[in-house]
Amino acid sequence: MSDLRELYQEVIFDHNRNPRNFGRPARYDRVSEGHNPLCGDRLTLYIAFDAAGLVEKASFEGQGCAISTASASLMTEALKGKTEAEAEVMFQNFHGLIMGTSDVDPAVLGKLQVLTGVKEFPARVKCATLAWHTLQAALHGEQQVSTE
Amino acid sequence: MNAPIPRPVQRAFEIDAIRADFPILATTMHDRPLVYLDNAATCQKPHAVIEAEKHYYETLNANIHRGVHLLSQQATDAFEASREAVRALLNAPSTQDVIFTRGATESINLVAQSWGRNTLKPGDEILITHMEHHSNIVPWQLVCEQTGATLKVVPIDEDGVLDLSTLDTLLTERTKLFGMVHVSNALGTVNPVAELIQRAHAVGALALVDGAQAIAHTPVDVQALDADFYVFSAHKLYGPTGVGILYGRHSLLEQMPPWQGGGDMISLVRFSGSRWNHLPYKFEAGTPNIAGGVALLNAIQYVNALGFDAIAAHENALLDYATAQAEVFAGLRIVGRAPGKVSILSFVMDGIHPHDIGTILDMEGVAIRTGHHCAMPVMERYGIPATARASFAFYNTFGEIDALFVALHKVVKLFKGPAS
Repeated sequence: MSDLRELYQEVIFDHNRNPRNFGRPARYDRVSEGHNPLCGDRLTLYIAFDAAGLVEKASFEGQGCAISTASASLMTEALKGKTEAEAEVMFQNFHGLIMGTSDVDPAVLGKLQVLTGVKEFPARVKCATLAWHTLQAALHGEQQVSTE
Repeated sequence: MNAPIPRPVQRAFEIDAIRADFPILATTMHDRPLVYLDNAATCQKPHAVIEAEKHYYETLNANIHRGVHLLSQQATDAFEASREAVRALLNAPSTQDVIFTRGATESINLVAQSWGRNTLKPGDEILITHMEHHSNIVPWQLVCEQTGATLKVVPIDEDGVLDLSTLDTLLTERTKLFGMVHVSNALGTVNPVAELIQRAHAVGALALVDGAQAIAHTPVDVQALDADFYVFSAHKLYGPTGVGILYGRHSLLEQMPPWQGGGDMISLVRFSGSRWNHLPYKFEAGTPNIAGGVALLNAIQYVNALGFDAIAAHENALLDYATAQAEVFAGLRIVGRAPGKVSILSFVMDGIHPHDIGTILDMEGVAIRTGHHCAMPVMERYGIPATARASFAFYNTFGEIDALFVALHKVVKLFKGPAS
């Protein structure tokens, strides 16, 4: 049986209560808006790059459930210092592990591993992936994305 | 700690006997007894309805309105008996005015495309309300794009009641049709449809009533209401999915062209041109969900046997009991407080998203709906992305409402627990 505690780990509550990198920054290079029409959640992701092309700061704003807020918060932390190509790989690994379609070692996700419990809750997978689809849209220069 | 709210005494019916008629109510979810409080999304089916579908496939299955063989005649008779049961349920003047569709959504699309697309022109207006389900918004947006007509919206107030003071300016000679939900699926509000229909007629507009949510809670008399169109879905009346009804005023249905073409809806087909069948078949192209249509009769019989008075008495008692508990629940806010609303309790909780509530309740066996309830404009009106919604049917018990609130306390404990 799926355990609620596998889904709602303390790290998730922590990031839900105190989301990191929350709010619209003064400066950013990329912006994309993600929308989950199933639940009405919206999220805007901002990415600023440094001179070397590494993510200087990723931040987000919007309304969402604990899973989607924590996922966005953890993602923005993990993006710091990454190249675009590395961010793309992060997306592929995260998405594959959440969807159960990847056999890479979950350890590659680092702290983001706490979100893999969501794969036992199919109705909530889109909550966890909203921020990531928005990231991919931002990397590909798309202003809007929907999880549907 | 508030004083406990006393659980009312079960009076309206023999609840155990009723629950025994619904096989799914005896099942478990996540090893807990199923507490099904998502009746506004779809109702569970009594044994009589399930058996009727089975009986149809085992003894009656044939295509209708075409075979000369006895089996086809028997299938046709069973399907048409159901149409008569719907006619009686709605007090429609004739079975010719009762059209089978796939659901309330298709019924509205039929009216929008057959009546609207052929009638509307630039400058015309369609009026709807702010509390419509998407199924009574989007078909009108589509037909407005096709014809150049304009969509107007009657606003709602903080409690979820229509602001009728706006009708004087919104309802004019430009209005060609007023589409209104009888009962709001997101808020539970019961609209004064008889009055609204009268107002529509006073400016020469037609009135379409979306009865999807009303049909299981209140008797409907389309002649007393003077409705031009009334639509509902069988699955929200304890019947099968994939079956809906469009009632239309006879003179309008006569004038309206077919919407979909195919078998059954014609009287003559030639490559030089075809002639349409008479009502209601003109609007029933193709083989319908015959088994579902047949079983709708049993759903109507089931509800009629209980009686709408007894159903309303029990459902209102459930709503009152749930509302009393919700009002003293710290951090919970009810969305939709219209006087006389049906047994729908929509709510939000401080700092806890409805989807998280829904998942945690589910693990306790309690099934509720979370999200925008296909009524995004309602959510926007109240500045929220979603609500949690518990909706009660006549087979629900006061004990199940206790289970809902026990589970809600677990939600709070998990979210606001030791770490906060």
